Amino acid sequence: MWIAVIAASLGCYVEKLAGYLLPHSVLENAALRRVAGLLPVALLAALVAVQTFGVGQSLTIDARAAGLAVAILALIARAPFLVVVISAALTAALLRMLGWAS
Amino acid sequence: MPETTWRGPITSKAVGIGVATAAYALSFGAISVASGLDVWQTQTLSLLMFTGASQFAMVGIIGAGGGLLAAVLTAWLLGARNSIYALSMAPLHRVRGPKRLAAAQLTIDETTAMALAHNEDESHSRYAFWITGVTLFVLWNIGTLLGAVGAAALGDPAALGLDAAMPAAMMALLWPRLVDRTMWAVALVAAALALVLTPVLRPGLPVLAAALVALVASALLGRRSA
Repeated sequence: MWIAVIAASLGCYVEKLAGYLLPHSVLENAALRRVAGLLPVALLAALVAVQTFGVGQSLTIDARAAGLAVAILALIARAPFLVVVISAALTAALLRMLGWAS
Repeated sequence: MPETTWRGPITSKAVGIGVATAAYALSFGAISVASGLDVWQTQTLSLLMFTGASQFAMVGIIGAGGGLLAAVLTAWLLGARNSIYALSMAPLHRVRGPKRLAAAQLTIDETTAMALAHNEDESHSRYAFWITGVTLFVLWNIGTLLGAVGAAALGDPAALGLDAAMPAAMMALLWPRLVDRTMWAVALVAAALALVLTPVLRPGLPVLAAALVALVASALLGRRSA
């Protein structure tokens, strides 16, 4: 675990540093800029999906889906980050406490 | 303009961003511990990695039972945008040595946005970058520690709904990026692909595969504009 933590951290730092060491003209590469903008969208969307419906290698609908729905409503209402996260957690915790979802 | 006039508003904006970010950090600390990292590993990520989306992704994949390699690769892929930010910030930090190394570590979404928002003058832009970066770094790490120690004391993550906090936090990071139909299409296709691949690949790999959606979409967009 420690090796992964350190390797991932160093890699992320090198990515930042690389931007300062590379020639500025790299920025003019439109394809590179486009991929850099689209990557976070694709990865974050995939993470949301897998972490809401995935249990190991199987898919399921449980209290997390209700939590995500509440989080999306909170985002539409422009709620601050902490409200979004806590409302999702509370929704899931409440549904489990009442025995309505696993 | 005297320094006192323009510094005030920039500083208060930086503190505002810092406080909001401390809230992210609290949830990161809590979720990380719930995912199986200890308090020290969690804190190391906030000190050394210091880029929110990569940190959330890394602990999320580890928590879901994904391989460590997939977790590391996903963190790197998410951190790639910082290279682009650094390229655009480079002219601002022409200094060499330790100050440039520190500037690199602080080059993330918020500091770049603040520097670009105040580019009416290079000294304003530089001040916005540093004040936002330092405020954020301090509050991000304090928030992480409080969240991690708090969650370690609380107990069962599922009963607290912490497993539902994770996708909600990711969604909150994704939401402001969904600015047009292209972004929505990429997000929906990536999500669908990751779900379809979940039963056939090890946890963590479906998310990495979704990175291909970004590459394909970029190629298609490039062909259309050419």
